[in-house]
Amino acid sequence: MLLIRCPYCGERAEVEFSNGGEAHIDRPRDPMSLTDEEWAQFLYMRDNPKGLIAERWRHAHGCNRFFNAIRDTRTDRFVVTYEIGQPRPEVTPEQAAEAAR
Amino acid sequence: MSDVSVSNSLAVSRAGFTATPLKGGRRFALQGRKDTLEGAARAFGLSETPAMLKSAAAGDCTLLRLAPQELFIITGDAGLPEAVTTYLGTVPNSLVEVSERQIGWTLEGEKLRDTLAALSPLDMRERSFPVGMVTRTLFGKADGMVWRTDENTFHLEVWRSFGPYLSSMMDAAALDAAW
Ligand SMILES: [Zn+2]
Repeated sequence: MLLIRCPYCGERAEVEFSNGGEAHIDRPRDPMSLTDEEWAQFLYMRDNPKGLIAERWRHAHGCNRFFNAIRDTRTDRFVVTYEIGQPRPEVTPEQAAEAAR
Repeated sequence: MSDVSVSNSLAVSRAGFTATPLKGGRRFALQGRKDTLEGAARAFGLSETPAMLKSAAAGDCTLLRLAPQELFIITGDAGLPEAVTTYLGTVPNSLVEVSERQIGWTLEGEKLRDTLAALSPLDMRERSFPVGMVTRTLFGKADGMVWRTDENTFHLEVWRSFGPYLSSMMDAAALDAAW
Protein backbone atom coordinates (compact mmCIF):
# COMPACT_ATOMS: atom_id res chain seq x y z
CA MET A 1 0.00 0.00 0.00
CA LEU A 2 1.37 3.40 -1.02
CA LEU A 3 1.18 6.03 1.71
CA ILE A 4 0.93 9.74 0.93
CA ARG A 5 1.52 12.35 3.60
CA CYS A 6 -1.26 14.94 3.58
CA PRO A 7 0.19 18.16 5.08
CA TYR A 8 -2.96 18.43 7.22
CA CYS A 9 -3.91 14.82 8.12
CA GLY A 10 -0.61 12.92 8.05
CA GLU A 11 0.08 9.65 6.24
CA ARG A 12 -2.90 8.07 4.51
CA ALA A 13 -3.54 5.34 1.98
CA GLU A 14 -3.22 6.33 -1.66
CA VAL A 15 -6.92 5.51 -2.34
CA GLU A 16 -7.91 8.60 -0.34
CA PHE A 17 -6.18 10.94 -2.83
CA SER A 18 -6.70 12.18 -6.34
CA ASN A 19 -4.03 13.61 -8.62
CA GLY A 20 -4.46 17.17 -9.90
CA GLY A 21 -1.77 17.38 -12.59
CA GLU A 22 1.46 19.34 -12.68
CA ALA A 23 1.93 22.02 -10.02
CA HIS A 24 3.30 25.57 -10.21
CA ILE A 25 1.60 26.43 -13.51
CA ASP A 26 0.46 30.02 -13.18
CA ARG A 27 -2.54 31.21 -15.13
CA PRO A 28 -1.43 34.14 -17.33
CA ARG A 29 -2.53 37.45 -15.83
CA ASP A 30 -3.76 38.82 -19.14
CA PRO A 31 -4.86 35.98 -21.47
CA MET A 32 -6.05 38.44 -24.15
CA SER A 33 -2.47 39.61 -24.76
CA LEU A 34 -1.23 36.07 -25.48
CA THR A 35 -0.74 34.48 -28.87
CA ASP A 36 -2.61 31.24 -29.61
CA GLU A 37 0.67 29.36 -29.22
CA GLU A 38 1.33 30.87 -25.78
CA TRP A 39 -2.25 30.13 -24.66
CA ALA A 40 -1.98 26.54 -25.92
CA GLN A 41 1.31 26.26 -24.05
CA PHE A 42 -0.44 27.25 -20.82
CA LEU A 43 -3.48 25.05 -21.40
CA TYR A 44 -1.99 21.85 -22.73
CA MET A 45 1.79 21.60 -22.60
CA ARG A 46 3.23 19.79 -19.60
CA ASP A 47 6.76 18.61 -18.81
CA ASN A 48 5.99 14.89 -18.27
CA PRO A 49 9.49 14.21 -16.89
CA LYS A 50 11.03 10.81 -16.30
CA GLY A 51 12.07 11.46 -12.71
CA LEU A 52 11.07 14.13 -10.22
CA ILE A 53 7.86 16.05 -10.82
CA ALA A 54 5.98 18.62 -8.74
CA GLU A 55 2.26 17.84 -8.82
CA ARG A 56 -0.99 18.89 -7.22
CA TRP A 57 -2.80 16.29 -5.15
CA ARG A 58 -6.13 16.48 -3.36
CA HIS A 59 -7.02 14.61 -0.18
CA ALA A 60 -10.36 13.83 -1.80
CA HIS A 61 -11.62 11.31 0.77
CA GLY A 62 -10.22 13.17 3.78
CA CYS A 63 -9.82 16.87 4.50
CA ASN A 64 -10.57 17.70 0.84
CA ARG A 65 -7.63 20.11 0.53
CA PHE A 66 -5.28 20.46 -2.41
CA PHE A 67 -1.56 20.31 -1.67
CA ASN A 68 1.64 19.90 -3.71
CA ALA A 69 4.00 16.96 -3.80
CA ILE A 70 7.31 16.03 -5.37
CA ARG A 71 7.24 12.49 -6.70
CA ASP A 72 9.57 10.34 -8.78
CA THR A 73 7.55 9.21 -11.82
CA ARG A 74 9.70 6.09 -12.24
CA THR A 75 9.28 4.68 -8.76
CA ASP A 76 6.16 6.48 -7.44
CA ARG A 77 8.16 7.42 -4.34
CA PHE A 78 7.18 10.74 -2.77
CA VAL A 79 10.04 13.01 -1.69
CA VAL A 80 8.01 15.68 0.07
CA THR A 81 4.51 17.15 0.26
CA TYR A 82 3.87 20.82 0.97
CA GLU A 83 1.06 23.35 1.16
CA ILE A 84 -0.30 25.15 -1.89
CA GLY A 85 1.30 28.59 -2.24
CA GLN A 86 4.73 27.53 -1.04
CA PRO A 87 7.62 27.55 -3.53
CA ARG A 88 8.87 24.25 -4.93
CA PRO A 89 11.28 22.91 -2.26
CA GLU A 90 14.88 22.07 -3.07
CA VAL A 91 15.54 18.35 -3.33
CA THR A 92 18.94 17.20 -2.09
CA PRO A 93 20.91 14.68 -4.19
CA GLU A 94 20.44 12.17 -1.32
CA GLN A 95 16.64 12.62 -1.40
CA ALA A 96 16.63 12.28 -5.19
CA ALA A 97 18.70 9.10 -5.01
CA GLU A 98 16.39 7.66 -2.37
CA ALA A 99 13.31 8.47 -4.47
CA ALA A 100 14.88 6.82 -7.53
CA ARG A 101 15.76 3.67 -5.63
CA MET B 1 -33.78 12.24 12.15
CA SER B 2 -33.66 8.77 10.68
CA ASP B 3 -36.88 6.96 10.01
CA VAL B 4 -37.17 4.09 12.49
CA SER B 5 -38.07 1.35 10.00
CA VAL B 6 -35.12 2.27 7.78
CA SER B 7 -32.80 2.49 10.78
CA ASN B 8 -33.73 -0.94 12.08
CA SER B 9 -32.98 -2.57 8.75
CA LEU B 10 -29.52 -0.97 8.85
CA ALA B 11 -28.61 -2.38 12.27
CA VAL B 12 -25.83 -4.97 12.41
CA SER B 13 -25.62 -7.56 15.15
CA ARG B 14 -23.01 -10.32 15.11
CA ALA B 15 -21.05 -12.12 17.82
CA GLY B 16 -18.63 -9.51 19.16
CA PHE B 17 -19.87 -6.62 17.03
CA THR B 18 -22.93 -4.39 16.93
CA ALA B 19 -23.70 -1.34 14.82
CA THR B 20 -26.67 0.55 16.22
CA PRO B 21 -28.22 3.21 13.98
CA LEU B 22 -28.11 6.70 15.50
CA LYS B 23 -31.40 8.45 16.13
CA GLY B 24 -32.19 12.12 16.43
CA GLY B 25 -29.87 15.08 16.48
CA ARG B 26 -28.95 17.44 13.67
CA ARG B 27 -25.80 17.94 11.58
CA PHE B 28 -24.15 21.11 10.28
CA ALA B 29 -21.13 21.62 8.04
CA LEU B 30 -19.39 24.92 8.77
CA GLN B 31 -16.64 26.18 6.50
CA GLY B 32 -14.71 29.37 7.06
CA ARG B 33 -11.36 30.99 7.60
CA LYS B 34 -9.30 30.36 10.72
CA ASP B 35 -10.66 33.38 12.60
CA THR B 36 -14.25 32.46 11.73
CA LEU B 37 -13.89 28.92 13.08
CA GLU B 38 -12.17 30.37 16.15
CA GLY B 39 -15.05 32.79 16.70
CA ALA B 40 -17.63 30.03 16.24
CA ALA B 41 -15.84 27.82 18.78
CA ARG B 42 -15.88 30.69 21.26
CA ALA B 43 -19.60 31.24 20.61
CA PHE B 44 -20.05 27.60 21.63
CA GLY B 45 -18.26 28.47 24.89
CA LEU B 46 -14.98 26.77 23.96
CA SER B 47 -11.61 28.46 24.40
CA GLU B 48 -10.37 27.50 20.91
CA THR B 49 -11.17 25.57 17.73
CA PRO B 50 -10.52 21.83 18.16
CA ALA B 51 -7.14 20.93 16.60
CA MET B 52 -7.07 19.19 13.22
CA LEU B 53 -8.75 15.73 13.46
CA LYS B 54 -9.81 16.39 17.06
CA SER B 55 -13.23 16.93 18.60
CA ALA B 56 -14.67 18.97 21.45
CA ALA B 57 -18.00 18.85 23.28
CA ALA B 58 -19.98 21.99 24.10
CA GLY B 59 -23.26 21.31 25.89
CA ASP B 60 -25.27 18.91 23.72
CA CYS B 61 -23.17 19.86 20.66
CA THR B 62 -19.98 18.27 19.37
CA LEU B 63 -17.49 20.06 17.11
CA LEU B 64 -15.44 17.82 14.85
CA ARG B 65 -12.48 19.32 12.98
CA LEU B 66 -12.52 17.46 9.66
CA ALA B 67 -10.36 19.89 7.69
CA PRO B 68 -8.33 23.05 8.31
CA GLN B 69 -11.27 25.14 7.06
CA GLU B 70 -14.12 22.91 8.20
CA LEU B 71 -15.99 22.07 11.39
CA PHE B 72 -18.65 19.37 11.36
CA ILE B 73 -21.15 20.03 14.11
CA ILE B 74 -23.47 17.46 15.68
CA THR B 75 -26.24 19.02 17.78
CA GLY B 76 -29.35 17.97 19.67
CA ASP B 77 -32.78 18.23 18.03
CA ALA B 78 -32.89 21.95 18.85
CA GLY B 79 -30.00 22.67 16.48
CA LEU B 80 -27.32 25.33 16.87
CA PRO B 81 -27.29 27.59 19.95
CA GLU B 82 -28.47 31.13 19.26
CA ALA B 83 -25.07 32.63 20.21
CA VAL B 84 -23.52 30.64 17.35
CA THR B 85 -26.03 31.58 14.65
CA THR B 86 -25.87 35.20 15.78
CA TYR B 87 -22.08 35.23 15.52
CA LEU B 88 -22.13 33.51 12.11
CA GLY B 89 -24.52 36.19 10.86
CA THR B 90 -21.73 38.73 11.26
CA VAL B 91 -18.83 37.06 9.38
CA PRO B 92 -18.34 35.46 5.94
CA ASN B 93 -18.78 31.68 6.18
CA SER B 94 -20.62 28.72 4.71
CA LEU B 95 -23.01 26.96 7.06
CA VAL B 96 -25.10 24.11 5.66
CA GLU B 97 -27.48 21.87 7.53
CA VAL B 98 -26.84 18.29 6.39
CA SER B 99 -29.04 16.39 8.89
CA GLU B 100 -30.99 14.58 6.18
CA ARG B 101 -27.83 13.75 4.24
CA GLN B 102 -26.16 11.83 7.05
CA ILE B 103 -26.83 8.41 8.51
CA GLY B 104 -24.77 6.88 11.26
CA TRP B 105 -24.11 4.10 13.73
CA THR B 106 -22.60 3.52 17.15
CA LEU B 107 -20.08 0.69 16.81
CA GLU B 108 -19.25 -1.57 19.76
CA GLY B 109 -18.03 -5.04 20.68
CA GLU B 110 -14.81 -6.92 21.30
CA LYS B 111 -14.43 -7.63 17.55
CA LEU B 112 -14.75 -3.92 16.76
CA ARG B 113 -11.10 -3.47 15.81
CA ASP B 114 -10.99 -6.47 13.47
CA THR B 115 -14.25 -5.42 11.85
CA LEU B 116 -13.05 -1.86 11.25
CA ALA B 117 -9.72 -3.15 9.94
CA ALA B 118 -11.57 -5.06 7.22
CA LEU B 119 -13.28 -1.87 6.03
CA SER B 120 -10.49 0.70 6.12
CA PRO B 121 -6.68 0.78 5.87
CA LEU B 122 -6.51 3.39 8.66
CA ASP B 123 -4.67 2.26 11.75
CA MET B 124 -7.42 2.59 14.37
CA ARG B 125 -5.44 1.34 17.33
CA GLU B 126 -5.36 3.59 20.39
CA ARG B 127 -1.78 4.77 19.78
CA SER B 128 -2.53 6.25 16.35
CA PHE B 129 -6.27 6.87 16.71
CA PRO B 130 -6.86 8.01 20.32
CA VAL B 131 -10.22 8.77 21.94
CA GLY B 132 -11.64 12.03 20.54
CA MET B 133 -9.95 11.67 17.15
CA VAL B 134 -12.11 12.02 14.05
CA THR B 135 -11.51 11.88 10.31
CA ARG B 136 -13.14 11.36 6.96
CA THR B 137 -11.87 8.32 5.11
CA LEU B 138 -13.03 5.52 2.83
CA PHE B 139 -14.96 2.49 4.10
CA GLY B 140 -14.81 0.04 1.26
CA LYS B 141 -15.86 2.36 -1.55
CA ALA B 142 -17.98 4.70 0.57
CA ASP B 143 -16.86 8.08 1.88
CA GLY B 144 -17.43 8.21 5.62
CA MET B 145 -16.51 9.89 8.86
CA VAL B 146 -15.26 7.94 11.85
CA TRP B 147 -14.94 9.31 15.38
CA ARG B 148 -13.63 7.48 18.42
CA THR B 149 -15.98 8.42 21.25
CA ASP B 150 -14.30 6.24 23.87
CA GLU B 151 -11.82 3.42 24.06
CA ASN B 152 -14.29 0.77 22.90
CA THR B 153 -16.83 2.79 20.94
CA PHE B 154 -16.73 4.40 17.52
CA HIS B 155 -19.24 6.68 15.86
CA LEU B 156 -19.49 6.24 12.09
CA GLU B 157 -21.42 8.40 9.63
CA VAL B 158 -21.85 8.19 5.87
CA TRP B 159 -24.06 9.87 3.32
CA ARG B 160 -27.54 8.35 3.43
CA SER B 161 -27.40 6.53 0.10
CA PHE B 162 -24.31 4.61 1.29
CA GLY B 163 -26.29 3.25 4.29
CA PRO B 164 -27.33 -0.17 2.95
CA TYR B 165 -23.90 -0.69 1.33
CA LEU B 166 -22.05 0.07 4.54
CA SER B 167 -24.37 -1.94 6.75
CA SER B 168 -23.89 -5.05 4.58
CA MET B 169 -20.12 -4.43 4.47
CA MET B 170 -20.02 -4.23 8.28
CA ASP B 171 -22.15 -7.36 8.54
CA ALA B 172 -19.78 -9.32 6.29
CA ALA B 173 -16.68 -7.94 8.05
CA ALA B 174 -18.08 -8.76 11.50
CA LEU B 175 -18.95 -12.27 10.37
CA ASP B 176 -15.36 -12.75 9.16
CA ALA B 177 -13.94 -11.24 12.36
CA ALA B 178 -16.02 -13.57 14.54
CA TRP B 179 -15.11 -16.68 12.63
ZN1 LIG C 1 -5.88 15.67 4.52
